[in-house]
Amino acid sequence: MLSFLLIIPLLSALAIGLAPERASKGLAMLGSLLALAAGAAVVASFDWGRGSAFQFAAALPVVPELGVTLSLGVDTVALWLVVLTVILQPLCVLGSFSAITERTRTYYASLMALQAAMLGVFLARDLIFFYVCFEFTLVPMYVLISLYGSTNRRKAATKFFLYTFTGSIIALAGLIYVAWVAATRVPDAAGWTFDIATLRSAAQAHLSPTEQGWVMLAMMAGFAVKVPLFPVHTWLPLAHTEAPTAGSVILAGVLLKLGTYAIYRFVLPFVPVAVVEYAHVVAALSIVGILYGGLICWVQRDVKKLVAYSSVAHLGFCMLGMFALNAAGVQGSILYMINHGLSTGALFFLIGFMYERYHTRSLEEVGGLGSKMPIWSTFMVFFMLASVGLPGLNGFVSEFLCVMGAFQSGAYTLGPGGTAGPLGPWYAFIAGFGMIVAAMYLLYMTGRIVFGPLREPPGHDDHGHGHAGSHEGGGLPADLTAREVVVLAPIAALCLFLGVYPKPLIATLEGPVNDKVQMVLSLGNAAGAAPAGAAGGER
Amino acid sequence: MSTPLLMTMLGAADQPLPMVEKLRYLVPEMILFIATVVVMIVGLSPNRAVRRSCAAVSIAGLAAAGAAAAFGPAFEGGVLPGLMPFAKVLIAAVGVLLVMVVTGTVDRDFEGEVSRGAAFDALRGNRAEFYAFALFSLTGLMLVASADDLIWLFLALELTSLPTYVMVSISTARSRSQEAGVKYFFLGAFGAAMFLYGFAMLYGATGTTALYGPGSIAEVLAARAASGEGLGMLATLGLVLSIVGVSFKIAAVPMHFYTPDVYEGAASSVSAFLAFVPKAAGFLTIILLLAAVGWHFGPAGTALPEPIRVTLWVMAALTMTVGNVLAVMQKSVKRMLAYSSIAHSGYMLVGVIVGPGSQAGATGSLQSNGLAAVLFYLLCYGFMNLGAFAVLAVLEKRSGGEREEIETVEDLKGLCRTQPLMGWTMVLCALSLLGLPPLLGFWGKFFLFTSAIGAGEIALVVVMGLNSAIAAYYYLRLVGAPLLESSDAGASFTEAPAPARKWAAVLSAASVLVLVLPAGWLIQRANNATGVRPPTTPMKASGGTADSASTSAPAVRAAR
Repeated sequence: MLSFLLIIPLLSALAIGLAPERASKGLAMLGSLLALAAGAAVVASFDWGRGSAFQFAAALPVVPELGVTLSLGVDTVALWLVVLTVILQPLCVLGSFSAITERTRTYYASLMALQAAMLGVFLARDLIFFYVCFEFTLVPMYVLISLYGSTNRRKAATKFFLYTFTGSIIALAGLIYVAWVAATRVPDAAGWTFDIATLRSAAQAHLSPTEQGWVMLAMMAGFAVKVPLFPVHTWLPLAHTEAPTAGSVILAGVLLKLGTYAIYRFVLPFVPVAVVEYAHVVAALSIVGILYGGLICWVQRDVKKLVAYSSVAHLGFCMLGMFALNAAGVQGSILYMINHGLSTGALFFLIGFMYERYHTRSLEEVGGLGSKMPIWSTFMVFFMLASVGLPGLNGFVSEFLCVMGAFQSGAYTLGPGGTAGPLGPWYAFIAGFGMIVAAMYLLYMTGRIVFGPLREPPGHDDHGHGHAGSHEGGGLPADLTAREVVVLAPIAALCLFLGVYPKPLIATLEGPVNDKVQMVLSLGNAAGAAPAGAAGGER
Repeated sequence: MSTPLLMTMLGAADQPLPMVEKLRYLVPEMILFIATVVVMIVGLSPNRAVRRSCAAVSIAGLAAAGAAAAFGPAFEGGVLPGLMPFAKVLIAAVGVLLVMVVTGTVDRDFEGEVSRGAAFDALRGNRAEFYAFALFSLTGLMLVASADDLIWLFLALELTSLPTYVMVSISTARSRSQEAGVKYFFLGAFGAAMFLYGFAMLYGATGTTALYGPGSIAEVLAARAASGEGLGMLATLGLVLSIVGVSFKIAAVPMHFYTPDVYEGAASSVSAFLAFVPKAAGFLTIILLLAAVGWHFGPAGTALPEPIRVTLWVMAALTMTVGNVLAVMQKSVKRMLAYSSIAHSGYMLVGVIVGPGSQAGATGSLQSNGLAAVLFYLLCYGFMNLGAFAVLAVLEKRSGGEREEIETVEDLKGLCRTQPLMGWTMVLCALSLLGLPPLLGFWGKFFLFTSAIGAGEIALVVVMGLNSAIAAYYYLRLVGAPLLESSDAGASFTEAPAPARKWAAVLSAASVLVLVLPAGWLIQRANNATGVRPPTTPMKASGGTADSASTSAPAVRAAR
C-alpha cells in the first residue's frame, strides 16, 4: 500500500521525462493528485490506536548480502509528515504554472522525483534505503535551484549540494558503525542488517557512552546541516533565496524536516545517553539560531532572504522542543515541523507571486501593496501572523509547546513518575526573546510591504534576471488570480484549523511521543547515573 | 591431463601444482593469445572488410576467454583460490567495452586514404599492432590474476604494461602523445625496477619465489611470524618497495605524477584503457603479495604487519587527498578524470588495508571483507570511469583540419541537449563516480565503508568521507555542465565515426544503473573470490596444503 506513495511520483517523473513538453504540467498535476489520494487512503486505513507501531509494513530484500532491504512502514509521526508532503506537492505544481515557462519537462520531472525521494525518507524502515532517499533528494533539488533559480543560482545549488552531501557522508559512517556494532556485539545476530528497529535496540544495548557521543556527533553532522542548526546553516539562506518558488516551498516545507525527522528517528532513540548528556549543547545552539536568525531577519531588505532566515530561527524552536526530551517539547517539535511547512511554505508562495509581478524582492523597492493587491495582502498578513505565532493560528500551538517543553524540562518540575529532562526554565526564557524578535521582524516586514504608501519599482522591466524575459510583464493581473488563490486557500484553512483545534493531531502524537520520550530518558539517565565509572572515565 | 611421465619430465613432482596442471587454469589466457595472433594477421589483410574485423575478433576472443574463466575448472591452489574466475570474468567484461572504446583510434587517416583509392600498404597501417597490443595487455592482466610466483607476477605485470606504452604513443599523430608515451615508459620502467628490486629482496629474505605452497613465501613468513620474530627487516623492506613500485601501476601517491600528463597526452580512448588495465593489474598484484603475508598480525590478529599497514595507510590517505584536491583545480576534463582515478585508487587501498576480515563466524566475512570490497569497487570503477572516458572518446570536432577532442569542462556544456545520449552518459557516470545513491558507485563505496568500519579503521573512513565530499565538488561540474548549462560549444562536437565507442559509453552508463540490481550477487561473488587460505602449519609438505585446500574448495565450488 505504501509502495504506491513511492511508485506514483516516480512513474509520473518518468512519464513527464518521456512525454512531450506541453504535457508535463498536466502529468505533474495528475501524479501529485494521485499521490495525494494514495496518502488519503493510507490515512483512512491507519490504525490510530497503535500509533507508535509501524503499519503497512512491506519489505523487499535488495542487497541481502549487505543486509539491505527495501522495507517500508509508517508510524504516526512519519504519517503526518507524509501527509504534509502530499498536500504541499500539488500546490507546488499548481503554483509554478506561470512562473516556469521554459524547460518545463525537466522542472516537473525533478519536482516529482523529489517527492518520491522525500516520501521514501519518511517511509523507510531500512537505514540504507533511508539514506539512499535522503541523498537522492539532493539531485532534483540541485537541478531545480541551478536551472530555475535567480541570478546567483549555480553557487547556491553547489553550496547546498556540498554542505548536505558532506554532512550526510559523515552521518553514514556513524550509521554504519552502529550497524557494525549490531552485527558483532549482539550475541545471536543473524549477520548484518540495516533494519532500523534491530539497530535501535542493538545501539541502545551495546554502545558505550563514549561511542554514543561519537555516533551522535557523526549523525548530527549529517542531520543538523539539513535542519539547519546554527553553525552549519549558511547554505540555507542562499539556497532559499535563489531557488524557484516551488523549490523554496518544498525546501522549507519538507526538506528541512528530513533533518528533524532523522534526528527524531535516529539520534534520539539510538544514542539516548549521549542525547541526554549533550542535549544542552544542542539546545544552546538552537537558541543561538533562534536569536541570531531573528536578528538577521530584522535587518534584511530582501523579503525572500528574510523568510529564509526566519526558517533558521523557527527550526531552532523545533530543535529546542525536540531536545527538551519531554512529551510537550517533542510533540510541539513535531507539530512545529508541520506548521512551519504550512506557514513558511505559504509565505514563499506569496513572495513568489509578488516576484512574478515586480521582479524584485527588495523591501526598498516594493511596498504598500495593500491598496493594489488586497487579496494578496490579506493572505500575507494571515500567514505572517501564523508564522509569528498568534494564538488561534497554528504557529502558536507548536511554538508554545516547544518553549513549554524546554521550561518544564528542568529537574524540579517533575510530575509524578516523571523523569528529569536536560533543559530548564532558562532555556525557555531566552528562547522567549526569540518569539519577540520574530514578531518584530515579521511585523516590520509586513508593515513595509503591505501598508503605507504604494511603492513600485520604476519600470519593472529593468530588473531582468536569469530568464525573466519569458514572463516579463507576465500577463498577470495586479492581484492574485483564481489559480493562485486555490494554491493558498487550502494552506490557510489548515493553518486556521490546526490553530483553533489542534487536539486531534496532538492526541495522535501523544502515544508515540510518550513512548519515545520515556525510552530515551530512562535509558539516558540510567546509563548516566549507574555506571558512573564508565561515564566518568571519559570526562 | 596430468600424466606421470610429463610430470617427471617437467621435474615438478614436488611443486604444489605441476606446470601441466597449471595450464588447465590458463585456458582464458591461451584463448586471448590465439585471438591476439589472429588479430595481428587479420589486421594486415589488404581486404578492407577483413581488416575491419579486428575489433570483432578481439571482442569474440575476450568473450570466449571470459566464458572459459567462468565455466572452467575450479582452482584449488593459490593464496586466493577463488580469485581467478572472478578477476578474469571482470577483466573480460570490462575488456570488451575497452576494445569497443579503442576502435578507430589509429589508422583513421590511413584508412581514409585507402578508401579514396590509395594502395594499401601493410607497413603503414598500424591497426594490427594496436589491437594486438590491447589484447596482449589484457592477457597480461589475466596472467597477473593467475600468478603464483614472483617471477610470473613480474612478467605478467610487464606484459600488461609494455603494450600500453606503445598504445599511448601511437594513439594520435600529435607529438603530445609521443611525449606522453616516452614519459609513461620511463616512469613505468622506474616503477618496474623498483618492484623488481622489492621482489628480489623478498626472494633474498625467504629463499623462494613461490607465493604459496610448501616452502613458499607465504609459509616462510607465516613460520617466522609464528615464532614471534616478525617478518624480518629484509622481507618488510622488500614488501614496502614492491608496494611502492606497484603504486605506479595503480597511480597512487608517491608514483602518481605521470597520470594527468599521460592521460591528457594519449587519445581519450587509450586513456580509458590506461585508467583500468594497469590499475587492475596493480591491485591484483598488491592483493596477491599481501595475501602471501596474510592479515593475521596486529593486536587483534586481523591486520597487516604494522610497517606495511602504516605504509599503505599513508599512501591511501595521501592518494585520496592529493587526487581529489588536485582534481578540483583542473579545467581539462581529462586531467580531472586522471586525478579522480588517482583518488579512486586511494579508496581501494583502504580495502586492501582492511583485508579479508575474519572469515569465521556468521557475522564476519561479508561486510568486513575489504578485499571483496576492492574487487567489487574495481568492477564499479571499471564501468563508471570507462563511461566517462568513452564520452570524451566519442566526441570530437574539427578545427583547421585537425581533429580535436573534448578538452575543458566548458566543452561539455549543454551536451544533454546537443548530444543527449552522451550528455546523459556523462551525467550518470559522474554521479556514480561521486558515489550518489542509488547508482553503482554508491554501493562500491558503501561496501568499502562497511568493511573499513568493520576493521576499526575509523580514521580512514573519515578521511574517505571528507574526500568524497571534496570529490563531489568537481564531479558536480561534470554533471552541471552537460545537464544545466546551455552553450553552443557542445554543438560543434560531432560523433567520431566509430559507432562502437558510442555503444560502449551507453553500455557502461546502463551498467551503472542496471548492475545495482544484482549488486548483492556480485558482492557475494567478490566475497567468494577472496577467501584467503589460512596459513597452513609451515613446512608440512603437501599434506597440510591438501587439507586446507579441501576445506576452502567447497566454498569456491558453492560460489560457482
